[in-house]
Amino acid sequence: MKFALPTGRGILAVIALVGLTACVGYPDENGILDPYEPVNRQVHEINKALDSGIVRPLSEQTAAMPTELTRPFVNFADNVGLPGKALNGLLQGNVPILATNTMRFIINSTVGIGGLLDPAGAIGITEMDTDFGATLSVWGVGEGAYVELPFYGPSTERDALGRVVDFLIDPLDRVGLDVQIDYGTYVRVAGQVIERGEIGGTIDSVLYDSADSYAQARLIYLQNRRFELGETGEATGDADFVDPFEDF
Amino acid sequence: MTHSFTRRHFMGTGLALGASLGTTLGTPALAITQSAARSHVDGLVAEVNAVISSGASEAQMLRRFEQIFDRYADVPTIAAYVLGVERRNATPAQLTAFTNAYKTYVARKYGRRFREFIGGQIEVRGVRDLPRGVEVQTMAVLVGQSPFEVDFHVEDSRGRPLFFNIVIEGINMLLSERAEVLAMLDARGGDLNRLIAELPQT
Repeated sequence: MKFALPTGRGILAVIALVGLTACVGYPDENGILDPYEPVNRQVHEINKALDSGIVRPLSEQTAAMPTELTRPFVNFADNVGLPGKALNGLLQGNVPILATNTMRFIINSTVGIGGLLDPAGAIGITEMDTDFGATLSVWGVGEGAYVELPFYGPSTERDALGRVVDFLIDPLDRVGLDVQIDYGTYVRVAGQVIERGEIGGTIDSVLYDSADSYAQARLIYLQNRRFELGETGEATGDADFVDPFEDF
Repeated sequence: MTHSFTRRHFMGTGLALGASLGTTLGTPALAITQSAARSHVDGLVAEVNAVISSGASEAQMLRRFEQIFDRYADVPTIAAYVLGVERRNATPAQLTAFTNAYKTYVARKYGRRFREFIGGQIEVRGVRDLPRGVEVQTMAVLVGQSPFEVDFHVEDSRGRPLFFNIVIEGINMLLSERAEVLAMLDARGGDLNRLIAELPQT
């Protein structure tokens, strides 16, 4: 894959596309815009079947393994994601995100044996999570409608587009070690399974204990994503405040 | 805008209904202070930590969480909120029965997850005023997890400090619970009595 920044025209086309689709319908009282709900619900059922049939059983296996064995996979997977996060920091004009993730990648790829260990974390240089969906948010692009993606799960039109762009602009091929470029994707999948095992209780309660797991996953994703992006005010006025005394 | 108009429109009926149900809807003479809200959450955190480290059986822990929830949370207000529009079709007796059933359900649902807190700690970080009440901001630092923000929304219109909402990394308990309760009601064909009967076992 070639390292290619989207051209100015490309970005404009993308913004126009998101802008157009975001005009379909109005959000409900929870700030949820879901015109694709019938399709999304079908995808949700497929994702649940994938989880209960494959991912969850695998993650139960990894959760039973000693963390000394699984942690290097998670470290390696997190580390190969850092160049992309640093690039998004640059695109956002956010120096701490750019600098922290770059430092982390350099330290862990060298002292941390290609990223298997996390010496950067030990000295307080922890990951600053971001992605191209967040970059679009910084650039003022609206969230768009809710979508549930196959395999990835809950998302929005903006975040779905962000995933595609993140894949296309990932600088790992330029800056990574051969082992990171060759095995990065596989280890990231393994890392996802391991992390599914670590936070299994939370995911199980949403997917399998909810009366409407689709609606719960949608609400939780949107609230948490808006919180991460500092966009909570858009939905409820005063950040997260809900006044139960006035809701009559 | 349309929505806030609708809310306002129902305020009148809501007040009348609330009064008939014996819920306190009047604005308190004095709003809760930040220090009162903070010490309320300090007390809650201390009690939850004590239960977690007590080494009691899960069944015993769940019962104690239910008691803590009852003392620290504004359960009638939360229960009324999560019923959403369905509250207007409920009789006062149904609402009381639902509140009791919901209390057990919530204690069990969240209590089962409290084991994840074993060995961890919750630190109070800050407070700020809300349009109603005070937000007490805490950070949960759990074993093997990245620290996450947990905010408690506290007010005292019942004459003592009580929390009426918990927000975890932006995820709002009132909103999530209302979506869930209405989905459970939907799954029972809108039969509130059936939901009341089945909720404590859910």
